[in-house]
Amino acid sequence: MPEPQPARERILSRLRAAPARALPADPAPGGPVWAPPVHGDARLTRFRAMLEASRAEVHEAGAEDWPEILRTILAAKGVGSVLYAPNTATGRRLAEAWADAPAPTPALVAYDRPVEQVKPMLVERIDAAVTAALGGIAHTGTLVLWPTPEEPRLMSLLPPIHAVVVDRGTVADSLSAVITAERWTDGMPTNAVLVSGPSKTADIEQTLAYGVHGPKELIVMVIG
Amino acid sequence: MSAEPRQSDFTGKARIALDDPKLRANFRRAMDGLMAKRGAQFADPVEWAALRARGIAARAGSLARLPELLEQLERRCAENGIQVHWAETTQEANAIVLDILQAAGARRVIKGKSMVSEEMHLNAHLNAHGIATMESDLGEYIIQLAGEAPSHIVMPCIHKNKAEVAALFADRIPGQPYTEDVDQLTAAARRALRGAFASADAGISGVNFAVAETGTLVLIENEGNGRLSTTLPPLHIAVTGIEKVLERLDDLPPLLSLLSRSATGQPITTYVNMITKPRQPGELDGPTAVHLVLLDNGRSRVYCDPELRDTLRCIRCAACMNHCPVYTRVGGHTYTFTYPGPIGKILTPQIEGLDCAGEQPHASSLCGACAEVCPVGIPIPQLLVRLRQEAVSPTSTAVKGGGTGGSLMETLIWRATTLMFTSPRLYGAGSRLMGWFGHLAPAWLPGLDRWTRTRSKPKFAAKSLHRLAKERGYPDA
Amino acid sequence: MNRDVPEWPEAVYFFGTCLVDLFFPEAGLAGMELLKSQGIRVIFPPDQSCCGQPARNNGRPDEARAVARQQIKSFPKAIPIVVPSGSCAGMMREHYPELFVGQPDEAQARAFSARVYELTWFLVHVCRMRLTDHGRPVKVAFHASCHSRREMGVHEEPRQLLRALANVTLLDLQRPAECCGFGGTFSVKQPDISGAMVRDKVADVTAAGADELLSGDCGCLMNIAGAMDKAGSPVRARHIAEFLLERSHEC
Repeated sequence: MPEPQPARERILSRLRAAPARALPADPAPGGPVWAPPVHGDARLTRFRAMLEASRAEVHEAGAEDWPEILRTILAAKGVGSVLYAPNTATGRRLAEAWADAPAPTPALVAYDRPVEQVKPMLVERIDAAVTAALGGIAHTGTLVLWPTPEEPRLMSLLPPIHAVVVDRGTVADSLSAVITAERWTDGMPTNAVLVSGPSKTADIEQTLAYGVHGPKELIVMVIG
Repeated sequence: MSAEPRQSDFTGKARIALDDPKLRANFRRAMDGLMAKRGAQFADPVEWAALRARGIAARAGSLARLPELLEQLERRCAENGIQVHWAETTQEANAIVLDILQAAGARRVIKGKSMVSEEMHLNAHLNAHGIATMESDLGEYIIQLAGEAPSHIVMPCIHKNKAEVAALFADRIPGQPYTEDVDQLTAAARRALRGAFASADAGISGVNFAVAETGTLVLIENEGNGRLSTTLPPLHIAVTGIEKVLERLDDLPPLLSLLSRSATGQPITTYVNMITKPRQPGELDGPTAVHLVLLDNGRSRVYCDPELRDTLRCIRCAACMNHCPVYTRVGGHTYTFTYPGPIGKILTPQIEGLDCAGEQPHASSLCGACAEVCPVGIPIPQLLVRLRQEAVSPTSTAVKGGGTGGSLMETLIWRATTLMFTSPRLYGAGSRLMGWFGHLAPAWLPGLDRWTRTRSKPKFAAKSLHRLAKERGYPDA
Repeated sequence: MNRDVPEWPEAVYFFGTCLVDLFFPEAGLAGMELLKSQGIRVIFPPDQSCCGQPARNNGRPDEARAVARQQIKSFPKAIPIVVPSGSCAGMMREHYPELFVGQPDEAQARAFSARVYELTWFLVHVCRMRLTDHGRPVKVAFHASCHSRREMGVHEEPRQLLRALANVTLLDLQRPAECCGFGGTFSVKQPDISGAMVRDKVADVTAAGADELLSGDCGCLMNIAGAMDKAGSPVRARHIAEFLLERSHEC
């Protein structure tokens, strides 16, 4: 039973009583913010350039060989443990490919239990995580993440390195295009995140520093 | 409850700030950098104009339907499992947050950056009731350690240089050596805050945009502390002003672009965090309960005046203060209240009252740099002038504390000058008198004494242009 | 500035502004002489006084309107009104319409506003003024007032005129768009902040290495020149109209 809220009624009645006012015209209602000059390869070039400008590492790979390329990259960074989503296509592919990989191969740690049971491990002891992205946005060099029960929210946030697998066919021009094409207005997930680079701050003397709270490194595997 | 001074004493604080060379240098450097970065983002004037027009339309359009949209937002949130609370005052909002925390047995709170929570003085309220609060945005963390308030709405510790941060960290973080290396300072904050995130019983955040169409709370940031605060603890409370509502998800792309580019000169912030529901069955993380507290605190009164309503378009990008020659010289603390700079000069007097912040609308040369860069076209100088009117108008009802400003002497001076400027005979006589005797005006004359602190006394011309034009035979009709 | 350029007029009104009238009449006179040199009949209506901006900016719209009416009455013919100040022109052009909303004489005020032009804009776009430089080499900096720049959109025109002078080197300021700190009553209501702003402006002009500082607005000039004088700076400050007139005269 909801509590009665006199504040609500008072606020709303003041707002309703306020006089109306002529509105400035919307020059392009519902239109895209950004008219993209990019298609096909140009779109991917922009996506990559913008991500790299935010200090993300971008690698192109095939649908089959990306786990091996990623393994080499992570091993070179001295990554010992990798958080993965065992029940997603990306996670399964990773596990299969790494099962017989030669040393050094990072140990795969499944995120398959509620956070409450694994919090200390997630917060302090994982070196990297691998997730998929729902898509990309060329305009700003952005990854679209829609975490799911199988691929939870904290994967892209807690470990110092986040590797994201994005299918090149899912890279769109702009956020407006994604919202329209994916029909976001029909219903949003619990949490959706746009990621455009590693965690950073400029709070101390406007000097950029990376990895203040989220991942210090963002590795983007563009596949397909 | 709040220990806030009731008078802003802008002038007195400004004098102290102006005499602080380190503070002046810190702000000058920071503002120069932020202006250059924003300028590079909007190098194309055609794109800027088009994008800004869309931003204005989105904000003004959403405000036009504010009451319905708030109800729609509430409905959508309820459907999605987010509980919505309404607070008319900051005291009510504090009580609501405290109730939620106490009901959940929460003792430790981790906070994402939220100017509305600063406006509420929420930390002080929770601390007084035995709940520990930890700020997690690096800038907020620094000023919390220093026991200070934010001096900028996007970069809260912009008034400090790295030597000051280094000294503070060495003093307040156990085991932290003195270092001015920004990477090491940042890493120290990460280490210090990781445990606080993990052990927090609740996370409190602000909201950048609340989308009525889908019931989505949008939070933008670069650090990830906002995502952590709203994901790791079992309880999330978001506090926001009632004006932050957007009608449609489609309004978001232009505003995200305007906000990030105007604020820090980035094409987009590192994270755009869109929260629509608490943790759903089967999901492994995220808070199991999400609350949204909608704060009025005078906003509905601002809304009632069609002209002043434009104040509420603000998306808190801080471009106005970054480009303000006054803010650059006096810094954010001079403004006393939560929102400094040009937006603060129009918002604060409306929220706190012209009787306690009436100085602020006058602390502007009306240079218009703020309005020029405002991504949602708030006519700040126009509104400053409007507030100056409300302060001296005896019949003012539009603004809290209206009609309390202006002395009888000022009113008489304006009447006298009006008389002179509307009567050619009086004006002619006056200008001759000033030409003859103006140089005799003593430098201690009120007004002149202030002028001559920095400048020589202005010299009245011996002959006015009126007389010169006549002498040179210029026709008068 | 995107504004329709009127036909070349046979006659114009000159609105001197109160500041020019009382403190810098030679600036006003120079403006009138420049217009006259273009073959235009320049009318100076004697009943003019002030644009009303001080009252308007201090929240006294009734007083501002009364003063504005005096000007509207004094410039009755449908000919351009040229103003040697971007700030006063901005008041008359941008703020009269809003000041007269709902007033019986709103239409008159609007018609008046539409006839207001800033001097350098008028010289460039309407007169298409051609300048011959008869002066010695000199280095100058130009300060556009905030209202000239942001209300009237005039800041390139004066620079264009200066660049047309062969012996004049136009220097760039580090922060050309930053306010000098005048702001009318702001300079006496917040003398310390205003003082800090003008000292920075003077430092900018000095660092640029200018012999002269020019501006199209006597408010800024009174402020900047006053601060330079107090600081003992050798830089001369004056209205651009005076400078242009002097340069175009044969020695």
